[in-house]
Amino acid sequence: MLSSVRSFRPLARTSHISNPRASRVGQLGTALIGTALKIGAVSLGCLTLLGFDLPGVPLGARVAAAAKPVKATPVAAASAAKSDAASPASKAESAKSESTKPTTAKTEGAKTEGAKGESGLPQQTVYINQAIHKGWVDHEMQPSPLAPENEWCRRVYLDILGRIPTVRELDAYLSDKSAHRKRDLVDKLLSSTTVNPDNGGSYVQEYARNWTNIWMTILIGRPPAAKVNNDPTNREAMAQYLRRSFQINKPYDQFVVELVTATGSNTPEEDSRGNKYNPAVNYLTGKMDDNGVQATAKTAQIFLGLQVQCTQCHNHPFNDWKQNQFWELNAFFRQTKAKRNGTRKMVESFELVDENYKGESYKHGGGNMDQADLFYELRNGVLKVAYPVFVDGTEIDKSGDIHKINRRKQLGDLIRNSDYMNKAIVNRMWGHFFGYGFTKPVDDLGPHNQPTHPELLERLANDFRDQSHDLKQLIRWIVLSDAYSLSAKFNNSNRMDDPTLGERPAFSHFYLRQMRSEELYESLLAATEADKTRGSEDDQQKMRDDWLKQFTIAFGTDENDDVTTFNGTIPQALMMMNGDLIKKAISIEPGSFLHTVAASSSAPADKINAIYMAALARRPNGNEISRANAILMHKKGDVVGALQDVFWAVLNSNEFIIQH
Amino acid sequence: MNLFSQVPAGMSRRHFMKHMAGYSAMTLPAITLTNALAASVNELKKQGKSAILLWMGGGPSTIDIWDLKPGAPTGGNFKPINTTGEGQISEHMPEMAKLMKHMAIVRSMSTREADHNRGRYYMHTGYVPNPNVEHPSYGSVVAHELYDPKGPLEIPPFVSVGGGSVGPGFLGMSYAPFVVGSNGDVRNLNMGINQDRLESRMEMLAEIERGFVSSITGDNDPTNPKKITAATDHAKILQKTVNLMTSKQMDAFKVNKEDKKVQERYGTSGFAKGCLMARRLVEAGVPFVEVDLGGWDNHANVFPTLEKKLPELDMAMSALVDDLIQRGMWKDTVVFWMGEFGRTPRINGGAGRDHWARSWSVAVGGGAFKEGVVVGKTNSDGTEVETEPYSSQDLMASVMKALGISLDTTFTARNGRPMKIANSGKVIKELFA
Repeated sequence: MLSSVRSFRPLARTSHISNPRASRVGQLGTALIGTALKIGAVSLGCLTLLGFDLPGVPLGARVAAAAKPVKATPVAAASAAKSDAASPASKAESAKSESTKPTTAKTEGAKTEGAKGESGLPQQTVYINQAIHKGWVDHEMQPSPLAPENEWCRRVYLDILGRIPTVRELDAYLSDKSAHRKRDLVDKLLSSTTVNPDNGGSYVQEYARNWTNIWMTILIGRPPAAKVNNDPTNREAMAQYLRRSFQINKPYDQFVVELVTATGSNTPEEDSRGNKYNPAVNYLTGKMDDNGVQATAKTAQIFLGLQVQCTQCHNHPFNDWKQNQFWELNAFFRQTKAKRNGTRKMVESFELVDENYKGESYKHGGGNMDQADLFYELRNGVLKVAYPVFVDGTEIDKSGDIHKINRRKQLGDLIRNSDYMNKAIVNRMWGHFFGYGFTKPVDDLGPHNQPTHPELLERLANDFRDQSHDLKQLIRWIVLSDAYSLSAKFNNSNRMDDPTLGERPAFSHFYLRQMRSEELYESLLAATEADKTRGSEDDQQKMRDDWLKQFTIAFGTDENDDVTTFNGTIPQALMMMNGDLIKKAISIEPGSFLHTVAASSSAPADKINAIYMAALARRPNGNEISRANAILMHKKGDVVGALQDVFWAVLNSNEFIIQH
Repeated sequence: MNLFSQVPAGMSRRHFMKHMAGYSAMTLPAITLTNALAASVNELKKQGKSAILLWMGGGPSTIDIWDLKPGAPTGGNFKPINTTGEGQISEHMPEMAKLMKHMAIVRSMSTREADHNRGRYYMHTGYVPNPNVEHPSYGSVVAHELYDPKGPLEIPPFVSVGGGSVGPGFLGMSYAPFVVGSNGDVRNLNMGINQDRLESRMEMLAEIERGFVSSITGDNDPTNPKKITAATDHAKILQKTVNLMTSKQMDAFKVNKEDKKVQERYGTSGFAKGCLMARRLVEAGVPFVEVDLGGWDNHANVFPTLEKKLPELDMAMSALVDDLIQRGMWKDTVVFWMGEFGRTPRINGGAGRDHWARSWSVAVGGGAFKEGVVVGKTNSDGTEVETEPYSSQDLMASVMKALGISLDTTFTARNGRPMKIANSGKVIKELFA
């Protein structure tokens, strides 16, 4: 059994994907692009072509160029070229576009002709490149090289779909030699409705699932560790609403207005009052206690990027928010009630209704509904009156009569027309893809918290508004940018560009971050091809929630804050080393991923390649192969057992769990 | 069953752990360097000192517990009772009243953070939240100062029972709270394979980690451990996790192994189990344990809520203090009780009390703390502190002093900025003899 033939060492390294660790592809790419040569990158190590190949340029020219590295850095070269779009990837894109004529209009992205810059990139991407590039110059920093293609592919799958690519998907991308393969991939992940044979779903469905997970946490928090009795929030209904919204790419402003103004029952078939089922009410049904204090704080934080929760009780200690502003915003929620249907002990559903609000003076025997007021208490016990006033100072009619004015609908319109809404979502999305927003935290855009790139934020926010509040469009602008394509590897000039050191991010290299727990879950399924046999979306959601619960810890406050122990600490390490999900992932039962790999007729080297590609989107390096062979020797040729140990190690590695 | 029982013949645990230590060194030379530095300061480590924080999540109404105002309009429903110490406390804390000759109350806490998240952060770290620096919490600081990595402790030096606490900030994930539920169950502890195989897997893993680190940093420079914190932290956490999986000290988490009579004295609530677990963990040598009791955010109907809640607190806290005294551990163990803030002296329209940071109380005891004293004084309705006001920093400095930790200790944040322990707080003098 034990022979060199059965070892994991490959006979020849002929693949187009050499070990990216050793490869100098990215660096060379950066050095070359932007020079007069305008050619792609070459891996000198084994002369394999990768990534930025330019069809039609003779190999000899590439090698010559690579052998004589041009001193010009991207920054210097870009400045010299006095091109507005001067930055590594856009140059590369434009170079390629010239030679290969972009294909037209098969995707959503291509439809909006006006949005395209000269380079074939959306003009917003060009603008992002310019603005971020300017920051590098100002900080005298050189950006890191572009990430190798395999890394970029893994990155974009993880950030858009919430899981890593399968081997088949990775291969498909790496063998795509078109000049606009990045755009094509992004468009495919955002918009393709073709059924994926690997998991029986389409990319649009997967996109919707990922963003549903993300927005569930934002809107109603992670699944509670224990079942909540008479929970006013119907998580299942909320998830269905979100899935539907992301599947049809609902314009973001419409989405916000629906959530802020929803009325109706939160549970299907529980409309005893004649109220229609409206799953969107679940954003607010659990936030209406104490006169809607949570509804006020969360709506400001999530949709406007304004942290006002402190001002409930006092003026904000360090920003301009005043206590009256909190209560004036809160006044918009005073016509709204969350009502329970069912018996006292067993609540069947909650419904959100808007009805007349007579004001607090009325309760005490005075006042009238045309001046429906509320009172709040200063710290010294003095009572002050408040009427609805939006954060920008816009006042609305003081009447509490629902037939004259619906305060929540007014609020929805005010938010929709507020610049804060667009800035808040742009900042949130930027933070999603880069790990850091233009402000920290992403949902605190108050005047005390100056963004790193204020003009860029403003321009993206305006363009987002002008282009129908299209979230997919915004994603395109961001992920096609140079900054998003950079390697995580840093150099001497940008070593200090590290937000973990408290520095303001310059986005000169990709910031490492751990996968979210939901991403890990989905990625494990994808890596082990366990997603072929999945139930309905609801069943999947439930299984994932059950698994996630182990990490959730609630704080003992009435704001339902929670924290996750899926944060790189011991409980997470224990789960990754010994948990059921990992046991299943490395199972060698018939039908399992490892069993299938082991039972295939391919050579041992291909088997180990397969598990590396599945989890890390790369092949093993020489040291890793040696180590794997040592295990194989030690196990006296037990290939399945050795594969199991290697796969366990791969899944437990930083490289697997860190978005890079 | 843990792995220990599965050690193959001919392979001692010591031998196994040596292999594992080799693993981490292989991953990052930086770790061995840190260990060498740690060895030189070992003499400074105070052997056998520990602290237990009883964290009252939500902000407890201290005016109804430690600093009652009978007769004042803000006084509320409860009557004060005499204690064996200097001051009176709530009638719903009779067991603690008997033990107050060993404890101290600080009635002159005056802080500014009255939001849960900000208050939680501030009271745990001594710093107000700052978007650019993450500060270490009490448990991380104490673990950093008192835990000897070369010593016999195999379980994490900072355990948080039933709550999330606040993280290690720039001290790194090695000093993060190890969060367990109050039942003491630690999930996924059993790997179910033999030592030999675990070793193979860890060696393979080390190879992958090494490649990843050098792919980001471009080299394996051991002199700059800061530059890829995610990876160094991961290596340390894996090491600690393996230690944990093979440790007999995990027994400390199993409160149901305790004598039934002792269990009964603490009570049956989750907090009671947490307090008992804290004692067992301290006995096992854990330098810092935080036990969480939530549900103090009583914006409405504060009095009926407290009538149910205080007996639970009283029973468990008194059993813990009493146990530590009985077992001769009191001089080496600091116990301190606090939340994010207090609650408004003024009773609101819903018969509740809201957030209030300007004048409130904490309770401390054990270690080098003076026994039986009441520090500070509030005015007749509890709305102002009349004596010198004390901050989170001051309290933190005092807890450090009570543990024998030097207040000259300075940390270096990741950005290179020096940070004095306890944010340069001044010791509350009246708490020391």
